[in-house]
Amino acid sequence: MDARIPTGAEKLIQCLEREGVEHIFGLSGGAAIPLFDALVDSSIKLILVRHEQGAVHMADGYARATGRPGVALVTSGPGATNTVTGLLTAHMDSVPVVVLTGQCVSDMLGKDGFQEADVTGITYPVVKHSYLVRDANGIPRITREAFHIATTGRPGPVLIDLPKDITQGPCTAPFVDEINLPGYTIPGRGEPESISAAADLLSAARRPVLCIGHGTVIADGGKAAVTLAEKLGAPVVATLLGKGAVDENHPLHLGMLGMHGTAYANRAVAECDLLMAVGSRWDDRITGKLDEFCCDAVKIHIDIDPAEFNKMIRPDISIVGDARLVLEDLIPLVEPADTDAWLRRCETWRNKYPLKYARQGGLRTQHVIDRLNALTQGQAVIATDVGQHQMWAAQFCKVSANRHWISSGGAGTMGFGLPAAIGAQFACPNKKVWAIVGDGGFQMTQAELATAAIHDLRIKCLIINNNYLGMVRQWQELFFENRLSGVDLEGNPDFVKLAQAYGIKALRIRRPADIDRILAQAHEYDDGPCVVVAEVAKEDNVFPMIPAGAPMTGMIIEKPKHRLDKPTGST
Amino acid sequence: MSAASMIAPGTRSSDSKNMHTISVFVADEPGVLVRVAMVFSRRGYNIESLVVSPSARSGFSRMTITCSGDTSILEQMIKQLAKLVDVIRAVDHTDDNAYETEIALIKLQCDTDERSEILQIAEHFNAKVVDYGIESVVLRVYGSSEKMDAMISLLSIFKVAELVRSGKILMARGIKST
Ligand SMILES: Cc1ncc(C[n+]2csc(CCOP(=O)(O)OP(=O)(O)O)c2C)c(N)n1
Ligand SMILES: [Mg+2]
Repeated sequence: MDARIPTGAEKLIQCLEREGVEHIFGLSGGAAIPLFDALVDSSIKLILVRHEQGAVHMADGYARATGRPGVALVTSGPGATNTVTGLLTAHMDSVPVVVLTGQCVSDMLGKDGFQEADVTGITYPVVKHSYLVRDANGIPRITREAFHIATTGRPGPVLIDLPKDITQGPCTAPFVDEINLPGYTIPGRGEPESISAAADLLSAARRPVLCIGHGTVIADGGKAAVTLAEKLGAPVVATLLGKGAVDENHPLHLGMLGMHGTAYANRAVAECDLLMAVGSRWDDRITGKLDEFCCDAVKIHIDIDPAEFNKMIRPDISIVGDARLVLEDLIPLVEPADTDAWLRRCETWRNKYPLKYARQGGLRTQHVIDRLNALTQGQAVIATDVGQHQMWAAQFCKVSANRHWISSGGAGTMGFGLPAAIGAQFACPNKKVWAIVGDGGFQMTQAELATAAIHDLRIKCLIINNNYLGMVRQWQELFFENRLSGVDLEGNPDFVKLAQAYGIKALRIRRPADIDRILAQAHEYDDGPCVVVAEVAKEDNVFPMIPAGAPMTGMIIEKPKHRLDKPTGST
Repeated sequence: MSAASMIAPGTRSSDSKNMHTISVFVADEPGVLVRVAMVFSRRGYNIESLVVSPSARSGFSRMTITCSGDTSILEQMIKQLAKLVDVIRAVDHTDDNAYETEIALIKLQCDTDERSEILQIAEHFNAKVVDYGIESVVLRVYGSSEKMDAMISLLSIFKVAELVRSGKILMARGIKST
């Protein structure tokens, strides 16, 4: 390095290099030009996106696929506000993302300068932490802290707002390694007393269930969870975000629980005598009606964030700690109990209420996704968008490996799937990455097809085209007397032609007989992105379904003949 | 009806059962006040008073917050406060028997014939006259919030022109930390 004093922007980029950053997803503008300029001489690869929301979702997909932080870089004002949805998505799902925003010069702050926005102010509720840099010499410390905070404990997004005079001015401060954050503690091992109390309860249970949440994915605790489940003879259920931590093809795995979970997973949870949540925050789409949720079961809650205890559920035992470490500590302490009868009951439910769909009567989404699952064998990285296709993907994709399932859970952000898949593919160039998106959500971030195309990314994007905002149509059909309002996506483009306009290979599935051939063709295509458009039956519904706010006993397995009451739960 | 039984403006109107006093020890970083306040507003808590002051350790501040809201979520809200990166510690002192005090300045617009009664009340509450004008007096009083409420109630039959209360501050007794 030459002896010239670096600018704040140069120092920042050097700090990112020291953090091991290899990719930045971004889109420039006046206030961010110094930062983009510093990237010219950096080893970090800049991925130019078409919309800042896409940049944050790419960083998010990158992070979910690897556990490494994803980084987005945008300009001030509208560039920064375009990241808010991405921040919410990452915040709700505890994803380590670092968002760097350019800002107008410090002197203009608060004076409505051109493209000034109070970005830290706007984003407070959707970040784990944030900084407005006031002094260029703070850059090394702030960058170190930002990555530390984003990636440790319960991960989450961190935003750094960088006024242009700071990035352009000199930075003489040295790099920083130590962290000095007295208000920030990272739980590790759980408290031995609570662990041994939990072990006693687990050993005494006759109908135990382990509920695997995103915390298990993040802590890489799947292996420990399997060992524990096998030792206890306990069936396993996964939350939407917990999928893949434990191989869903494992005989003890009952699939996803919750609103659109499998009937057998929900049945097991409803009838268990002990439920242990491993890194799950009891989302309302899991519990349904709270005061009827597992009333008689003993509840154990393992979470790295103590603020999750007693929020939705009062557990009998709560253990603060890293999911993997807590599970590993539990394993030697539990005694195998006789759960044979319980496992047999769970198998009966599995056989009695299988996930099913008709293979005739037009092309069905379930059929397409079921075959995609047969093709990928749980080994591809699957990123989804939000809607009916997401729930069918969650039901039919049996994910075998950790971090191979990427979906927006807490925020339910339409437009997430395609950019998240792009981010995942940048992070895992040697893996097969499939995006499964709806025709509605796809159109919210479809411009990122260009990003995929120019980098010859091998992502495969399966567009489930039902010409509807299908999930909302389903609610209107079931709960609002089929008074369809604002759900018909007439005016959809021909998605095959659209992809071709980007120079992207595109295939279409029209008939059930085409499914395997076309999916295989896309799967094997390695020269760049491949879009597959499945023209599916327009009016189809996701079942099982527990209406929002209803207890698990209110589960609907197939379309009811009578009219249903409007759901009491919020969403 | 006696003056003391009326709820005077400037006294606490909400049911004192859901009143809580929380002490938050924070790093002196920009934005920390907003982050703390947002936890309260998001959980539907109403902040009645908030005192921010430098602490004995440089770089750290003390917030003493009196608030009202749903008691059943208090513990969880305090954990949400504690989770903020800039919050070192958040403690609920509601049933703690901590030493609490508050200071108030009360400006009364009054004629000469009302003064003697005002001064009697002031004396009773150990309040000091800090400004003596032709048409007004300013009283300074400190002590527990309840004492202050009582005094303000008594004075409310006069013309209270202005009232400024500092908000409650408190400190844990003995070697226990606040
Ligand atoms: C940004 C955003 N806007 C609105 C919604 C509400 N919403 C949830 S699912 C859905 C329909 C999604 O339609 P589509 O992408 O076509 O998927 P489908 O349900 O048809 O499979 C809508 C509008 C949302 N989740 N996100
Ligand atoms: Mg659709």
